[in-house]
Amino acid sequence: MSAARSSAVPAPDQGGTPLVALRGVAKLFANGTQALADLDLAIGRHEFVSLLGPSGCGKSTALRLIAGLTRVSRGRIEWPQGEGLGDIGFVFQEPTLMPWASVFDNVRLPLRLQGKSRAAVAGEVEAALAMVGLSGFAGAYPRELSGGMKMRVSIARALVTRPKLLLMDEPFAALDEITRFKLNNDLLQLWQQQRWTVVFVTHSVYESVYLSTRVVVMAARPGRVVAEIPVDAPYPREEAFRTSVTYNGFCRDASALLHRAMGE
Amino acid sequence: MSAVLEADRKPPDLVPPPDREVELERWIRWLAPLTLAILAIGAWDLVVRMNEIPPYILPGPALVLQSLIKDWPTLWPSLLVTLRITAMALAAAIFGGVGLAVLFSLSRWIELSLFPFAVILQVTPIVAVAPLILIYVDNTNLALLTCAWIVAFFPILSNTTLGLNSADHNLRDLFQLYRASRWQQLTLLRMPAAMPYFLGGLRIAGGLSLIGAIVAEFAAGTAGTGSGLAYRILEAGYRLNIPRMFAALILISLTGIVIFLAFTLLQHLVLRRWHESAVKREP
Repeated sequence: MSAARSSAVPAPDQGGTPLVALRGVAKLFANGTQALADLDLAIGRHEFVSLLGPSGCGKSTALRLIAGLTRVSRGRIEWPQGEGLGDIGFVFQEPTLMPWASVFDNVRLPLRLQGKSRAAVAGEVEAALAMVGLSGFAGAYPRELSGGMKMRVSIARALVTRPKLLLMDEPFAALDEITRFKLNNDLLQLWQQQRWTVVFVTHSVYESVYLSTRVVVMAARPGRVVAEIPVDAPYPREEAFRTSVTYNGFCRDASALLHRAMGE
Repeated sequence: MSAVLEADRKPPDLVPPPDREVELERWIRWLAPLTLAILAIGAWDLVVRMNEIPPYILPGPALVLQSLIKDWPTLWPSLLVTLRITAMALAAAIFGGVGLAVLFSLSRWIELSLFPFAVILQVTPIVAVAPLILIYVDNTNLALLTCAWIVAFFPILSNTTLGLNSADHNLRDLFQLYRASRWQQLTLLRMPAAMPYFLGGLRIAGGLSLIGAIVAEFAAGTAGTGSGLAYRILEAGYRLNIPRMFAALILISLTGIVIFLAFTLLQHLVLRRWHESAVKREP
């Protein structure tokens, strides 16, 4: 299985210096809930890592910790290769667009917050929109778009700073299946072209296996990693992969581990 | 199999909803209240004529209109005086209300210490406070302005405060992720998010500033330099010139309506592209 890896795909260097590493990270919320206990997780460059687990296993919290949106209670988060402004892109479960701003202005936001003028970034914004297939929608307002298109805008906004690391928190959970599959494929294609690293939170076994180079299975109360499954299947993965024996084998494994993690 | 059948069947021709209904509703929107107003005025006229009520008790509508035209040279400058107080009070209310709301959003401390006093200002009836203000503030115009401002600023303050705190949590996280300054958070996130709330407050405050101005003029009464509309009403009352009282009253109402419509239009224009309240929906 480890054979034919497409040349288009950058080889994930999981073994080398990680891009970001969580070392013995624990997170205790003010109300006493222990979201994470002793989490060890290293993300290599060019990896596509899925955090898979039941709700309450702290997978979203792990993402927020990496993004610096909340502080660790214990342990530390390391960036061996350094971390700069705009190195992280974040995609939320909801599109989280500013309803009062056009698609262009929504995508421009991260660059605007860096103090760059509208004229200076027009090209970058257009490029990001083209990347997600939304050229020609720059002037539209979020409420005029479908759910899938809004999510595309959200992804374009996360990519506009050319981040090294893309954090995605169940981004497609609210979409219908056809749209989700389409976005899965488009995301994979972009990832193959652009060589960023992805940490993808999901509760769908099928989605995690389809997308990832590695699936990290987590358990709840307290949140912790219970297993890691390297998904050793070649890219590009397309619709045919969804029905392949390989894919189903990985899904079965992940599913079994997930059920064990949930104590069933 | 059924899928094939479904695909073969031609969809029924869709008929767009008849425009007549839409058209009709548009007319009814204007016609219904207009008809009612005409009927009411007709009834008023009839009652006055049939019972031969003298004009110093209840003038007929024709007499009121006549008085409005005849007294226009007196009423028009008074209207301008009242309008000036109203506009200045509203401007001050917007300035104070928004400014204070922004301060509140920047500092919880300031909000906790000042908000109760804003509430006290709001709940104390202006009619009761106006005489005091007129005593302590030498300049009558300034006193009138203060009264109108007290009434008008609270809706703007409370609505804008609510709006500034209503920005989406994920968007706030996003701003934090990109290390936005407080100023950027305020101008790019909190203020736009507060806009619908602010405009709602503005619509209320517009009417209230007129009410505040009129109440203050009443309280100032003939003692003031007064030449606003409320003063004209008082004056006409003393002289038993009831038709002029009505004429002045009509002017006040019309002013209130115009203010309300203007701010409704403003709200619509600002929000129509994005806010649920202003977006047109298919019936």
